[in-house]
Amino acid sequence: MAGKRLGKQTLKLSSPPSIISNASIVGPKEGEGPLAQYFDQVLKDDYFEEDSWEKAESKMLKEAVKNAIKKSGRSSTNINFMFAGDLLNQIVSSSFAARELQIPFVGLYGACSTMAESICMGSMLLDGGFGEAVVCATSSHFSSAERQYRFPLEQGVQRPLFSQWTVTGAGAAVLAEAGNGPYITHLTIGKVLDFGVRDANNMGAAMAPAAVDTITAHLNETGRSPEYYDLIITGDLGNVGKAITLDMMQKEGFNIEKVYNDCGSMIFDDKKQDTHAGGSGCGCSAAVLNGYIAKEMKKGNFNRVLFVATGALLSPTTTWQGESIPSIAHAVAIEKTIGEGT
Amino acid sequence: MDYIKAFVVGGAICVIGQLLMDHTKLTPARVLVSFVTIGAILQGLGIYQTIVDFGGAGATTPLTGFGYSLAKGAMKEVKEAGMLGAFTGGLKAAAGGIAGAVFFGYLMALIFNPRSKK
Repeated sequence: MAGKRLGKQTLKLSSPPSIISNASIVGPKEGEGPLAQYFDQVLKDDYFEEDSWEKAESKMLKEAVKNAIKKSGRSSTNINFMFAGDLLNQIVSSSFAARELQIPFVGLYGACSTMAESICMGSMLLDGGFGEAVVCATSSHFSSAERQYRFPLEQGVQRPLFSQWTVTGAGAAVLAEAGNGPYITHLTIGKVLDFGVRDANNMGAAMAPAAVDTITAHLNETGRSPEYYDLIITGDLGNVGKAITLDMMQKEGFNIEKVYNDCGSMIFDDKKQDTHAGGSGCGCSAAVLNGYIAKEMKKGNFNRVLFVATGALLSPTTTWQGESIPSIAHAVAIEKTIGEGT
Repeated sequence: MDYIKAFVVGGAICVIGQLLMDHTKLTPARVLVSFVTIGAILQGLGIYQTIVDFGGAGATTPLTGFGYSLAKGAMKEVKEAGMLGAFTGGLKAAAGGIAGAVFFGYLMALIFNPRSKK
């Protein structure tokens, strides 16, 4: 037991699980964005041959999981557990997908931090020796999220310039206790922070302090410098949150500018696609991790990545009641080889 | 000339709405509700009728016009049927607009499926 915890928040996995396969699906708009070539499947129509956006979202998650399992070369009966969550009330996208998949299911809610949260839970389970392989997945859909969290689309509401665009997409990763990497070496579990942002359109600003807190905790507790990583990437802070994060990290004494990016800033071309401050949603970091990052790691362009998915833990009801937005960020260190650094 | 007047008045009301959305934290729904309320209050004070006389449909079509109809109907009914008219008159006067919105909304929902924004 001792030795696995490096500090209050950071865990070091004693037998680091390996990411053996990844899968990603995105909607048409994401498929026109700068990362289009990295995704396994781009939908032509965001109804995905279903009659509601909620069904389409669940289907994306299910298909991403199935594709990841197929790529892993295992059958779904050899996947011991599925860790998944999403943004919809009662995480129906995930549980409805799990109903079809019949893999023992652990439902998670971490809002847009779910991709990192599910990998954290899955890795610990494997490191603990409770299984041989697990699948971690999440999804989001612009239209199902928009009508749940903001306004019905039919109302045709104008979006403020600092608002972000919920990504239509899903991602899944199969982790196994044995494999050739990339490995999950460290996990930093975030705390819930709240800096009093009340505007549900300005989630990047609300989540940035949580990202900064988790990255700082990770660097301090592992003793690593930002340069140890080829890439430190936050989930869906967007352009506004990204700038705030850089600023706040500087104040914490870390200059991460050279290695830092944000999935929400990368997934859309804001000038051409009119998405304003970038992408958001569980599917944003999920598609970027399982598409762009996975493929670039395979090519050798990144060897060490700190993936920090960020979540805004609000509900429509708390927003209507004027509550501020609590946020969280979880960090996952992904490395091609183990045994270096700490 | 009527067209120009309607265009200017209607446009001016919409500009106020756009400014509120761009420069305040008011949600679109709150802007809509405030417009109805403001229209009703202005008519209650006898001001909105002047704007309608000048701008015509430019003043009655935006949501402030709905507030105007509610207030105007209520006041008329009070004169004709007593105080109970304050409760019945508004909806009577605006009934055409409300029923129309429900009917056409339902019709459109039958014909079309919602699509994501591009």
